[in-house]
Amino acid sequence: MPPSAPPAVAAPATARGLRRLRPLWLVIALAVLGAVAFASVGIGSRDVSLADVIAALGGSTDGFNEAAVAKRIPRTLLAVLAGAALGLSGAVMQGVTRNPLADPGILGVNTGASLAVVTAIATVGLSSATGYIWVAIAGASVTAVFVYVVGSLGRGGATPLKLALAGAATSAALTSLISAVVLPRGDISGSVRSWLIGGVGGGTFSSISQVLPFLAVGLLLSLLSARSLNSLALGDELAAGLGERVAVARGLAAFGAVLLCGAVTAVTGPIGFVGLVVPHACRLLIGVDHRWLLPLSAVLGAILLTSTDVLGRIVARPEEIDVGIITALVGAPFFIYIVRRQKVREL
Amino acid sequence: MTALQAPPRLGITAGEIAQGRRRRTARRRLVVGVLAALIVAAFIVSLCVGQTTYSPREVLGVILGQDIDGASFTVGRLRLPRATLAVIAGLCFGIGGVTFQTMLRNPLASPDIIGISAGASAAAAFAIITLGLGATQVSIFAIIAGLGIALLVYGLSFKGGVVGTRLILIGIGIAAMLDSLTAYVLSKAAQWDLQEASRWLTGSLNGARWSEVVPVAIALAVLAPVLLTQSRNLSTSQLGDDAAAALGVRVERTRIIVIIAAVGLIAFATAAAGPIAFVAFLSGPIAARIVGPGASLLIPSALVGSLLVVTADFLGQYAFNVRYPVGVITGVLGAPYLVYLIVRTNRSGGSL
Amino acid sequence: MTTAHTLNALDLTVGYGDRTVVEGLDLQVPMGGISVIVGANACGKSTLLRAMSRLLAPRGGQVVLDGRAVHQTPAKELARTLGLLPQSPTAPEGITVADLVGRGRHPHQGLFSRWTPADDQAVADALTATETAALADRPVDELSGGQRQRVWIAMALAQQTDILLLDEPTTFLDVSHQLEVLDLLTDLNRSRGTTIVIVLHDLNLAARYADHLIALTDGRVHALGTPAEVLTEDTIRAVFGLDSRVVVDPTSNKPLMLPLGRHHTTTER
Repeated sequence: MPPSAPPAVAAPATARGLRRLRPLWLVIALAVLGAVAFASVGIGSRDVSLADVIAALGGSTDGFNEAAVAKRIPRTLLAVLAGAALGLSGAVMQGVTRNPLADPGILGVNTGASLAVVTAIATVGLSSATGYIWVAIAGASVTAVFVYVVGSLGRGGATPLKLALAGAATSAALTSLISAVVLPRGDISGSVRSWLIGGVGGGTFSSISQVLPFLAVGLLLSLLSARSLNSLALGDELAAGLGERVAVARGLAAFGAVLLCGAVTAVTGPIGFVGLVVPHACRLLIGVDHRWLLPLSAVLGAILLTSTDVLGRIVARPEEIDVGIITALVGAPFFIYIVRRQKVREL
Repeated sequence: MTALQAPPRLGITAGEIAQGRRRRTARRRLVVGVLAALIVAAFIVSLCVGQTTYSPREVLGVILGQDIDGASFTVGRLRLPRATLAVIAGLCFGIGGVTFQTMLRNPLASPDIIGISAGASAAAAFAIITLGLGATQVSIFAIIAGLGIALLVYGLSFKGGVVGTRLILIGIGIAAMLDSLTAYVLSKAAQWDLQEASRWLTGSLNGARWSEVVPVAIALAVLAPVLLTQSRNLSTSQLGDDAAAALGVRVERTRIIVIIAAVGLIAFATAAAGPIAFVAFLSGPIAARIVGPGASLLIPSALVGSLLVVTADFLGQYAFNVRYPVGVITGVLGAPYLVYLIVRTNRSGGSL
Repeated sequence: MTTAHTLNALDLTVGYGDRTVVEGLDLQVPMGGISVIVGANACGKSTLLRAMSRLLAPRGGQVVLDGRAVHQTPAKELARTLGLLPQSPTAPEGITVADLVGRGRHPHQGLFSRWTPADDQAVADALTATETAALADRPVDELSGGQRQRVWIAMALAQQTDILLLDEPTTFLDVSHQLEVLDLLTDLNRSRGTTIVIVLHDLNLAARYADHLIALTDGRVHALGTPAEVLTEDTIRAVFGLDSRVVVDPTSNKPLMLPLGRHHTTTER
């Protein structure tokens, strides 16, 4: 049985409607993102007035309120970037694996990045931000390739069940290695543990500028592969028949996706489920054409992560709940919903 | 796939069938015997050997109630409950894990992966850190949560019948959610609680007391026989739900009984020793390798689990200059085997 | 062995989820012969088979075996009279042929009861009957598709039931293996008197091997009778929505259906 095509294939009539609405959705999404980002700068444990926010955005750092706002700017920027990267990377991964459950968290890619970073911290005392990024990307790539290869062995190729199990099992194995690395090192366990919960609270302009080049390359590779993903969606053989160089196209797209999520993970720690939820929501809005799906996934990912971060600051005042925890709490039920919706033979 | 030539002869006698069957049973009995002997040996070694080494005679004296200077405390109060808990928890993990793997026809579908251990762990972390409860309450919390999560996963995967694949995937989703809850609870922990909780979360036999051993032993005595009565239904279920039902297995009922019993065992063992990584996962496949195909794996797998825990705990205590909790040892030893198992399972698409 | 059983579906309604597949179906399964159920995709063939063997609970009506509703019969007791070979059973990895066939003895064994000589005899008989005796110690994984299907049939035989239902036992087999399986089932019917009910896709094979042909459409019995009675151009149009010619197969004197497409039709019409 060939792996299932991407879900939510719309009927022709609605497809035409969807096509007309695509630019509109993108514009609306961008507008919402603007609003959410503004809220993210404005809302926090310290209440500030609208005037303060505007003043701070203008560059003023006088007074407590403006200073607080100024601190929230890089955080917001990081949330937007990370959300966009994760949403995009999830959309690309689902396209590359032709698998509705593909997500950096489920596939264990985040854990791979984590193990690499943790090992580097514990053994060679790695502490520079750029170092984190390289190591995390290396860890993420190795794990992604491994899980994908293992998950697509055998009958039926990369079915959702096999991929998810390969991911979860790899994740479990890597997690136990992480605890073996961390446990005897009481000195680093605190910082490692806080890193292992994904969050954007630690975002600074310097960490953002470190990660930006990686994100740019990943973004470029991902967006350029949109057309290839459209043909890959028809199955490898058909894609090859349409003149696609399947292995190259898939490799480039996957590398772009891994760059995106590896780099983000290096800065924020592992954040799961954004990459799972966002592409599904986008498909409901605008259909399955990757040329529109990918940009919208990026924007929606940014909205989701930024608003989740704001939510985490509101619900537990004056404490904060890290964004990685909320995305997991929201994302897991969504994952279950998708699983329940699938037909058994497609799993 | 090698297509075989047309059979040279047409008949076979009942005697020949019986002979082949006896050959396989003999192998299984041998394996069970050897495993049991190894467990006894490892148990004795872990009682005798340590910072101070005592002779088997002294150890036996302590067990029989004699008062021997030094040995009575070290062996009687420290090593004996610890080693006993190792044996019993290993049995629970081994039999509980293989039950799930057999039922769901997938060696990767162990309680470690489908959320049951994650549920018990999250509950324990919550009980220790947020509620500040003591050991007994923590155990009760963990047991209830393990059972609750198992039923939740089962309920969520029910859609005109439960299908193994759906149950596994939903378990993975639930596990991801629970893991992040655990991480959140840990991030709010004070230093002391944190140590207590992370020791618990890795799986450790440190400071095992009789009061922790007894509930697990009782659970084992009650629930393991329940599983054994379902053994034949369970192995018939491997043929697929329809085929099993056509052979007179009441598939749903078997599944519910088996889940409750297996989760009970896992949860009690987890409450006492923490979720010792991968023991539930690895015992079944290892047992399948040594026993050979076709036989019921419940007992061999329980023994393998027990042997794993006893040996790993001993290694963790004395083999390195740092004392590792048993969960780290089984985790590190288990991870490569797990990876190998994933590769092999997917390649052959197979069951245990 | 005489089969003094009766197996009837009375006003049977069955479905999955919110979909009703079989609705108000009445059927008296002819005993002692080979009955073949045919029909278009999703007309309820497999569903009917599953309901008759207690795998699916009816929404309405009932299936009655020997005067007793099958859903009130204890599972094991039913499994000693009525066997089912589902469409895609799974063989545990590495299991040997003899072991797998032995699993068919499940309904004859108690909770802790030991394996008896009668069990061995049943397994030996099943292997002999299906000509798989030489494979007894082979792992099932290594067999070819045709051999594997024979082994599964052997397992169903070891169950020693008087009635045997098979859901598309020939799918994924090439044509010679399809004939091999159907010949084997015919042998079993003739030598043991086992009542056999098969769901088949291939109309012509169905017509050739069936003593009784049952045509289903929309979850109901459209026609039941000998192949000559059932396999007519009218029935085929009603059941499959297909124009065809029915001729007499010179090799078996059974009806043979030749489908008509929009092209390549030579004569009248």
